[in-house]
Amino acid sequence: MANHRIRLRINGNLEEVEAPSNMTLLQLLRDKLALMGTKNGCSAGECGACTVMMNGEPVNSCLVLAVECEGSEIITVEGLAQDGRLDQVQKALIETGGVQCGFCTPGMLISIRALLDRNPNPGETEIRDAIVGNLCRCTGYLRVIQAVHEASKQQTIGLV
Amino acid sequence: MVVKNTRVEDRIARPIGENIPRIDAQEKVTGAAQFVDDIPFGPGLLYARIKRSPHPHALIKSIDTSKALELPGVRAVATGADTPGYLGLYLQDRHIFCRDRVRYVGDPVAGVAAVSEEIAERALDLIEVEYEILPAVLDPEFGASLDAELLHPDMGEYVAAPFVFPQPKTNISNHFKIRKGDFEQAWKKCSAVIERSYRIPHIQHVPIEPHIAIAKADLDGKITLWSSTQSPFAQRNLIAKGLGKSQGDVRVIGPYVGGGFGAKAGVTMEALVVVLAMKTNGIPVKLRLTREEEFYTSFVRQGLVMHIKMGCDETGKLLALENKLYWDGGAYTEYGVNVARAAGFSSTGPYEIENVNIDSICVYTNHPVGGPMRGFGHPEIHVGIEQCVEELAQKIGMDSVRFREINCIKEGSILATGGKMHANGLTTCLEKVAKAIDWGMKSQPSGPDKKRGKGIAIMWKAPAMPPNAGSSAWVELAEDGKVNVGVGGQEIGQGSFTVMAQMAAAALGVPVDWVRIAGPVDTKYSPYEWQTVASRLTWSMGNAVAAAARDARRQILELVAEAWNENLEDLDIIDGNVISYKTEETLPIKNIVIYGLPKAGDTGWIGGPVVGRGNFMPTYVTGLDPETGQGERAAVHYTTGAQAVEVEVDLVTGKVEIIRAVSAFDVGRAINPDSVKAQIEGGMVQGISTALLESLQLKDGFVKNPSLVDYRIATSVDVPYKIESIIVEIPQDDGPWGARGVGEHSMVPTIPAIANAIYDATGVRPDAPPYTAEKVFLTMADAGIV
Repeated sequence: MANHRIRLRINGNLEEVEAPSNMTLLQLLRDKLALMGTKNGCSAGECGACTVMMNGEPVNSCLVLAVECEGSEIITVEGLAQDGRLDQVQKALIETGGVQCGFCTPGMLISIRALLDRNPNPGETEIRDAIVGNLCRCTGYLRVIQAVHEASKQQTIGLV
Repeated sequence: MVVKNTRVEDRIARPIGENIPRIDAQEKVTGAAQFVDDIPFGPGLLYARIKRSPHPHALIKSIDTSKALELPGVRAVATGADTPGYLGLYLQDRHIFCRDRVRYVGDPVAGVAAVSEEIAERALDLIEVEYEILPAVLDPEFGASLDAELLHPDMGEYVAAPFVFPQPKTNISNHFKIRKGDFEQAWKKCSAVIERSYRIPHIQHVPIEPHIAIAKADLDGKITLWSSTQSPFAQRNLIAKGLGKSQGDVRVIGPYVGGGFGAKAGVTMEALVVVLAMKTNGIPVKLRLTREEEFYTSFVRQGLVMHIKMGCDETGKLLALENKLYWDGGAYTEYGVNVARAAGFSSTGPYEIENVNIDSICVYTNHPVGGPMRGFGHPEIHVGIEQCVEELAQKIGMDSVRFREINCIKEGSILATGGKMHANGLTTCLEKVAKAIDWGMKSQPSGPDKKRGKGIAIMWKAPAMPPNAGSSAWVELAEDGKVNVGVGGQEIGQGSFTVMAQMAAAALGVPVDWVRIAGPVDTKYSPYEWQTVASRLTWSMGNAVAAAARDARRQILELVAEAWNENLEDLDIIDGNVISYKTEETLPIKNIVIYGLPKAGDTGWIGGPVVGRGNFMPTYVTGLDPETGQGERAAVHYTTGAQAVEVEVDLVTGKVEIIRAVSAFDVGRAINPDSVKAQIEGGMVQGISTALLESLQLKDGFVKNPSLVDYRIATSVDVPYKIESIIVEIPQDDGPWGARGVGEHSMVPTIPAIANAIYDATGVRPDAPPYTAEKVFLTMADAGIV
């Protein structure tokens, strides 16, 4: 298996890593860089637990090859908090009680952050569509959806 | 002036009843929370894969592992030859690896530990297994007959719990019976009788974190197991027994669990990796199930064939009920036997009926292994009970809410097993959901091709567990007064750690943010807990934690009483300070919980590090007569509740949309009301998902849809816009602050509530869940409605 030298930016840090051709971005994050926040729920792009942001877009990192990430900007759940302060969507998820077992949470948060970056004031349908690929078996989604509304509101207030 | 409180156990101390944010939430939103797969083991870690049976039923004629052992990178191979012992919680009927026979597609035949998952997987192909294929049993009712192929010829030798009754020389691994009343007379008195059959499909728990375990076996015989488990202590016990080891030499560590719902109770795949690790000279081995394996090689919710006959008189009083329940227990029923028993003794539903005849039969089949799943058989039995009740009410022309009010259990009602019902809020729950859903009023559909309807269902469920399942806890304090609480129950998402912190804070008298829960649970250091199942932690572990905190409080107060020469009754701990009601003197506990207090005149010291201990075990549950099912007290208590839904059915597509849904449950006392509501919402959505979407499609013993694409669970777009959760609080006499559990109950009445609403909308009842668009459309088409 050929090895590739890949340069990419992860959570703001420039990284240079060696990865074989068949290594996924998820494996790169977890196995090479020990960024364990991103979870593996199915290895098949079906559950959304491994969602990370790649150049601003949410992707299932189990379906992206590490070599495709050359020059990319990746944000994982570890990159959401800034200077020790939680991101608005993290705060909102705690406040609304949208966290239970926590296994889908990292991927869910990334999908929400990507949505709010795209549209700071999404409607109910747009929110539901944005997290449709993030399966959650605990919460029933309602508090997660409420958290997006909440974060959107707080974020807007913050901008004023 | 400090106002003296009543005894600490009587008053509702802060923060009981307060919406404290989850104490594990911050870790979980930052990605810091550690799950099993996140624990670093370094590059030496080995990886396991399992070779599984491709046949539903066959004899193993030979296994040749020699070629696999020669593959570079392979470190160990294990087969049934290594595992003569048995596993099993209630019935020891399962070898860790199959020995002479495979009983379902997926049954573990051999395992490989190698330097990578890829090499382990390749090695599986090099293991040669010769089978002699046998006829398979694929239906529980047929399986229970004497015509069926015998799946466990050695059943007579299996060790069973005293309340489980296997029938050797058959496939019946448990037969629970209730015989009560005079049936000949009862049916004659009935003016309306409904007789129905239901076939409830197998479903899968679908935790988002698949099963995973890492084992390390030291050469001195000590085993350490890191696993995603609801049951660290049960795993210690069962694996020790299965391997002929001392419980003292098996250590189980349970980090956060990424969803369980019963799938991670007891032992499923964990012993496989322990056996492999025993062959790798102390090098740890990791086994994680693929999502495909997750669907049929861990526990599934077993299927049910239910025959029910129910009758009432002209006033609507339920007079008689006959249930025959055939549980499709699968290849091994070590856990499923108790689903049959627990659902059996509650299979009247929450109704007082004088004449009851129940046969709840757990049957071996060549299907995936049935195990516990949220509700433990109760969502399944309520599908039948609550639809029959609805039909019966209609038959005698009575409003079904009124019918339920007349017949449902109240305090003092005589249960089918003979004992009396305790105080409960079931009728209040029923009234509240009926009101909230505007029962009796039709609302307008959103279009001409749509119809709306409302449905209601009530429920009950008791914790299903051995009569003497116990809990224990300890409480110790740090130099600054911060509190460390040791528990053995798991945080599986339900919020138990937060609720335990609240209870410890209240019982000790400190602010809740002073309390830490000593996780991860580690059987070497944590206090014993039976299992995180049966919605029992808030009640049982809560009692233990409260007792441990009170013990610590007593030690602190005794110390201060001695130092201040005061009576204990005049002292209290509030907000982390000892106060005297007599002198109004106060003293922060932080100064004394480790170093004690000096005696007067510098003559020495009193006290010492404070360690509180507490335990709880119900002592009052009695056995039931094996022939009649009669006994004084079958279960510790029942949690009761009700749900109502409004649905809109699309006549063109058959799609059922849940417009709104309401739940009310009597939780005794909500320690954290917001967390209770989160459980009710999540459970209801899981219930909706099982009602409308989910079924494990089994054909000739094969699961046809083992992926999240082919087995759909509810996503964000499947959830109703309006879900209301109502808390009712009729205290439990032996619950901490009156609390009882609610984790499972919220998905128990959901399927029949939806079925009743579909009927109300369309006039048809699809024969079995899930009520998919296709099924609903075809049912309407058959009835000539569309």
